[in-house]
Amino acid sequence: MQLSKLVKAMVVAIPVLALAACSSAPDDTSSTTADGTTTTGQDRRGVETGAADRVLSPEEQRQQRFAELRQEYIIYFDFDTSEVRGEFAELLAAHADYLVRNPSARVVIEGHTDERGTPEYNIALGERRAQATADYLRNLGVSSSQMTTVSYGEEKPLARGSNERAWSQNRRAVLVY
Amino acid sequence: MMKLKQLVFWTIGAIFVAISAMPSAKAQTALEIVITEGQDSARPIAIVPFQFRGEGESPYNFAEIVAADLRRSGRFGPVSNNQLPARPGKDADVRDYAAWARLGVEAMLVGEVTPLSGGRYQVTYELIDPLRGQITGGSAQALVDGQLVDSNDHIIEGRTSVVGEGQFRQYAHRISDVVYEALTGERGAFLTRIAYIYVDFDLENPYHLMVADYDGYNERVLLRSPEPLMSPTWSPDGNKLAYVSFENGRPEIFIQDIYTTSREKLTSFQGINGSPAWSPDGTKMAMVLSKDGAPNIYVMDIASRRLEQITDHWRIDTEPSWTPDGKSLTFTSERGGRAQVYRVDLSSKQIRRVTFEGEANLGGVVTPDGNGLVVVHRANGRFHIARQDFPSGNLMVLTETSLDESPSVAPNGSMIIYSTTYRDKQVLALVSMDGRFRARLPSRDGEVKAPAWSPFL
Repeated sequence: MQLSKLVKAMVVAIPVLALAACSSAPDDTSSTTADGTTTTGQDRRGVETGAADRVLSPEEQRQQRFAELRQEYIIYFDFDTSEVRGEFAELLAAHADYLVRNPSARVVIEGHTDERGTPEYNIALGERRAQATADYLRNLGVSSSQMTTVSYGEEKPLARGSNERAWSQNRRAVLVY
Repeated sequence: MMKLKQLVFWTIGAIFVAISAMPSAKAQTALEIVITEGQDSARPIAIVPFQFRGEGESPYNFAEIVAADLRRSGRFGPVSNNQLPARPGKDADVRDYAAWARLGVEAMLVGEVTPLSGGRYQVTYELIDPLRGQITGGSAQALVDGQLVDSNDHIIEGRTSVVGEGQFRQYAHRISDVVYEALTGERGAFLTRIAYIYVDFDLENPYHLMVADYDGYNERVLLRSPEPLMSPTWSPDGNKLAYVSFENGRPEIFIQDIYTTSREKLTSFQGINGSPAWSPDGTKMAMVLSKDGAPNIYVMDIASRRLEQITDHWRIDTEPSWTPDGKSLTFTSERGGRAQVYRVDLSSKQIRRVTFEGEANLGGVVTPDGNGLVVVHRANGRFHIARQDFPSGNLMVLTETSLDESPSVAPNGSMIIYSTTYRDKQVLALVSMDGRFRARLPSRDGEVKAPAWSPFL
């Protein structure tokens, strides 16, 4: 069970790492010049090759955008509410798209709160946030059987400290594949 | 040469710093009580250091523990030792009651410790009223069965016990209980414990379930976990704790024997399994379950695991707490909009709202005498501990600390322990039921929360 979890985690983590590498600084064997051409480390005797951007189909563009969006897996909430904010619509659509395309994929939705209010109340509020997130995904076609929810209330803060900055980071739902 | 010396000096200094900064392997919260308010309203009392009737030093300073207990009760202000006019070990040694009466103390405690064989000691103590002693000269007489005998009515309490070496601290708390009850008419709660959650995110297993004496001594770790632990609550006999553990990736309610360490899982329903509360007779557990959707209040018969649903509402119901008679529960509900405290009669299932003041009231606990409700009161976005009286409904805010939560009442109803935030960290704090005495229990590192005061032990 533990091993399979680990494998699952790696399946998710490795593409993430690969993507992170792509988006970070260019590696040392190639460099992009000011005019957009690329020179490689190999000796080409002054010859430079250029490449045009491939024209992506709208579907491919959408997939690319969704893949990027899925690198984000946390949505944030306002104080004492479980309403999914409009700004996270695209992010959740990307996750829904993935879950609909991969019916065997499972996701755990964690609900969290800031430290204000009692711990027991916050457990209930965290569950409501997790469920609101699950409901949102369900409305986008994700099967209930792919999702489980768990509330950690205020017990697992992302940011520590008793200030609005920390609180706003802690009021969240986290998608864990 | 000079350089080498300097180097050695700095190296030793660096090693010393490294050692002192090293976190200890076991969780060390080391709670200490810092009294922040209420000393001026305390009643003066003299706690005379107990006289040792043996060779060398006394094996234990009973008077120091008793004085600390009484000071922390908020009711008494023990005068300092250097103000004491003498150091008598028993009433017979008190020569000048007037000198004690002039101190302004309403009572004085004197005692003797005499070594016996086998590491045992005889401890004798007397609680004396110096004003009465001054009037009678310590030799009042009364008619008993037609005979005139010494009544010694200036001696309020006097006891003798044989105490083993390992029981000194416990016995000192027992003396405090006797003194407190003799002078207030209310049972002392010095021989009680607190359970709480200690969290240190720098540790591999950040979450700890702890118990300690009420004064923070004899701290023990009952459980360490990589996942959150919540909501410890005592069985009425003081032998067990129920709590919530996320060790299996979801909340589950466990019961653990605090002496044998044996533990059993009580519930593992889908969704929330939270806020356990033992019934006063110890046979049932009130809890919050969301297995059918919204969080509702349930009562489980512990022996049969038979479950009874108490509330059924689509909005949040949580934080059940038993009334002392075991016939009803208070709970927090959002059914009226914002969270407020309600009360449900367990036989009729009739529900009525209890709190109305402020933006919200949560975490209600009925006081042991049944005449009041302690709540987390939210007003102007601030959370404070407050007390509402029955039946007047008057609400009095007791604390000025910030983000107060998780109140738990001492079994004698004198004091409330709760969780608060001080310098960006969660710490425990104490406040007396009248709000006049306030103290903080800072922890050396990590955060401390979810305190639960034990019953009388």
